[in-house]
Amino acid sequence: MPNTESFFYMKTNRILYSIILLSLLNVCKMNAVHDTMVLDVPWDNGTALSIKIDYEPMWKHVILEKADSSGVFVPLSVFFEGQTEYIDSDVLANAKQIYRISAYTSDRKDSLIVVKGGVATEQWFYMGKLSMLILLVLICTAIMYFISLARRGKALFIRRINGLDSMDEAVGRATEKGKPILFIPGIGDLDDIQTIASLSILSHLAQRSAEYNTDIIVPCKYSMVMSAAREVVKEAYLKVGKPDAYKEQNIFYLTDDQFGYVAGIDGIMLREQPAANFFMGSFFAESLILAETGFSTGAIQTAGTAQAHQLPFFIVSCDYTLIGEELFAASAYLSNDPQQIGSLKGHDFGKVMLIVLTIAGVIFEILGLHGFKNFFTVG
Amino acid sequence: MKIDSQTERRIIFIVLFIAVMLPLIFPIGWTSEVSPHVQMTYDMVDNTPEGSVVLLSFDYDPSTATELQPMAISLIEHAWKNNQRVIATALWPMGVKMADAAFQELLLKYPSKESGVDFVNLGYKTGGMVTIQAMGRDMKSVFPTDTKTIPYEDIPLLKTVRSLKDIQFVISLSAGDPGIKQWIMGAHDMFGVKVAGGTTAVSAPGFLPYINSQNQLYGLLGGLKAASEYEQLLGIVGPATVKMDSQSVAHVLILVFIAIGNVKAYKKRNSKKEGK
Amino acid sequence: MKRTIPLLITFIVGLIVISSEFIPHRPFSMINSTLENWYLSISGFAIVLGLLSLVQVNSSKVYHKAENWQYSLASLVSLVVIVIFGVLWGMEDQRGILGNGEAISAFIGKKPFDYLFDNGITPLSSTMFSLLAFFIASAAYRAFIIRSFESNLLMITAVIVILGRTSFGPMLTSWLPKSLSFLHLPNLTDFILTYPSSAAQRAILMSASLGIIGSSLRIIIGLERSYLGSDE
Repeated sequence: MPNTESFFYMKTNRILYSIILLSLLNVCKMNAVHDTMVLDVPWDNGTALSIKIDYEPMWKHVILEKADSSGVFVPLSVFFEGQTEYIDSDVLANAKQIYRISAYTSDRKDSLIVVKGGVATEQWFYMGKLSMLILLVLICTAIMYFISLARRGKALFIRRINGLDSMDEAVGRATEKGKPILFIPGIGDLDDIQTIASLSILSHLAQRSAEYNTDIIVPCKYSMVMSAAREVVKEAYLKVGKPDAYKEQNIFYLTDDQFGYVAGIDGIMLREQPAANFFMGSFFAESLILAETGFSTGAIQTAGTAQAHQLPFFIVSCDYTLIGEELFAASAYLSNDPQQIGSLKGHDFGKVMLIVLTIAGVIFEILGLHGFKNFFTVG
Repeated sequence: MKIDSQTERRIIFIVLFIAVMLPLIFPIGWTSEVSPHVQMTYDMVDNTPEGSVVLLSFDYDPSTATELQPMAISLIEHAWKNNQRVIATALWPMGVKMADAAFQELLLKYPSKESGVDFVNLGYKTGGMVTIQAMGRDMKSVFPTDTKTIPYEDIPLLKTVRSLKDIQFVISLSAGDPGIKQWIMGAHDMFGVKVAGGTTAVSAPGFLPYINSQNQLYGLLGGLKAASEYEQLLGIVGPATVKMDSQSVAHVLILVFIAIGNVKAYKKRNSKKEGK
Repeated sequence: MKRTIPLLITFIVGLIVISSEFIPHRPFSMINSTLENWYLSISGFAIVLGLLSLVQVNSSKVYHKAENWQYSLASLVSLVVIVIFGVLWGMEDQRGILGNGEAISAFIGKKPFDYLFDNGITPLSSTMFSLLAFFIASAAYRAFIIRSFESNLLMITAVIVILGRTSFGPMLTSWLPKSLSFLHLPNLTDFILTYPSSAAQRAILMSASLGIIGSSLRIIIGLERSYLGSDE
């Protein structure tokens, strides 16, 4: 019968030797993987951790695994050659997350496993957007300042915008001819600020058309825009005391399809022969098709968009074109409300500020001082 | 003989129609030089590692397919050649069909590529910019199933894709809104994902300002010419290359029209002066 | 009251959305994504609204035999046919309530919905887009007339860009020595598009963005309310 005590002693010794040997081996290997860090991605909503590994080129296959809620490691990513960082953007805020990094040599004869953990924390500010916040505060303060100036009765000068001055003339001409007005609110949905700006212009036009008893036709590409346009026109008719003259069927949904919408509008232009066409809002490749068809019918055409690349087409085919910011200024300009006009002066301050910053940026870059540019780089 | 402006327009239309038709029937075979923005897009796809997941957004409908579909086919082929896996989404309702058509056409050439493993069509989602922002937070909540109604979690390709941040790059093929601009603002500016774009020739200049030092756009394919250049880089003679002859002849004809218009205006001015 | 509630909603939601742009901490990050989900849900329902409007407007024209009522009838028939085909036999890989319609597919080669899409909607849409080529030609004929120094500049630039964007253009200047490669038409075109054209577009974009900030601020503080149908 073997001596139980010595058997146990031998067994324990073997295990001990194995542990020491393994530890020694791992220390050598750890030299090959210099450092592994799991860091919280700074200034974010606490849903991302950065796993950084600094390893020798001998490790050809580096696999990253992540512990799930039950502690089982599931594959997350395979590092490609030269990759040293992986951002895990699917972590819970303020909860510890464990990762396992397994590295193998190209012949898979040698391997190494490192386990590390980290916690992602929520921050109260996106530091990368500091410059954006400063600019926003400055511009908004300027706008509010000019609004308050206007409130106190200071007369503010704004330049004339021919495209907007001519609107009443266009409605008048449609009335003389006994033809309707066609208003296109662009191909953007209601979440596009250009569409909102176009609805403000529609409000003014609808009032004029109600006063002159001229029909206004508004085909829409999105049903949300149609609902808003109906409300705007209805209120405008109500405001001038002619609710009975409002025709809901004149503001309708055509189709979500871009060129189906264009085909529908072209058909209306050719059949109804409107005396005045208004294209206000967001436009793309369809702008020239619309404007040229309108041109062929001889209508007075006014366009307005902030899509810089479509402006040349409108300028060629339309009588008046509102360029970029003029579309957004239209509502304030048409309302004649001193407070709204005051806000336009705030834009001018913004423009001056941008010009100064641009010139300063150019000078700093020429001097090789990149800090200025980096400060304004949002990230 | 005096020709009124409507007749003039009709003459222009007929001559242009003939000029476009003839090269389609009798190809000339002109080749294009690759422009820098096309090269940038090609390099972005080419430098993306094998096995990466990439996203193509089909933000157009059949009307602009002539210009954009060849781009889609070339981009998917390039990704597949590099063993990248492709997710297709659409911010336009009809984009879903365009994505299907592109995959079907390429499957004839690459029969080994498997749906759900090498590519997946997640379909259309309304909302534009809001949809992109939501995808940046959680893809599964936006697209719970693909177009074949297979649940998100059962699609092998999507196992490692939780949000937009797990995607190597996004290319939006866009004919308008929502499209490239929304992807730049949503995917790049908010989540730091690489974005490139493909658009119609008339809209392309509008996106050039986004190719800047901040890499808001990593490349831009503008119109049929860019599509033909991409085919050239891939070494294939695709639909865009075939149609480029027609486009080139039409461009030259427009120059002829401009010259005629100027001669006419000059004569008119002279006759007015003589009249005085 | 009718105006006050929407204005209040606009003000509160506007402030939350702006704040969440700069504050990543909860509850801002969560409220923002909830608002996004609400928008997605509402815009999904709006499709029904559009459909109702389409049926209402066109059926009324057909019923009253208004002028050109035939177009409205064609529109309604197209709508009904495509919806029925889609519901009965589905599209692509999706099944309809009657299955995949193998018998019909064997006859026409595709599912009825796909057949109409590929052979109806696609060519019709492409035709509309191709009109652009004709209109560009007629617009260019009218627009690029030399009247002044500026219009002269515009025309010269147009000629360079048009030629540079063709396959034919590069051949014209391919003989130029390397030292003059900047005059090669594609290089000149890229220069014009990348620098002067982009600079002008950036300026328009920046001023438009200022306009957007101003407009948004007016809307949030309730100064601008004409989009709600009243400016009072």
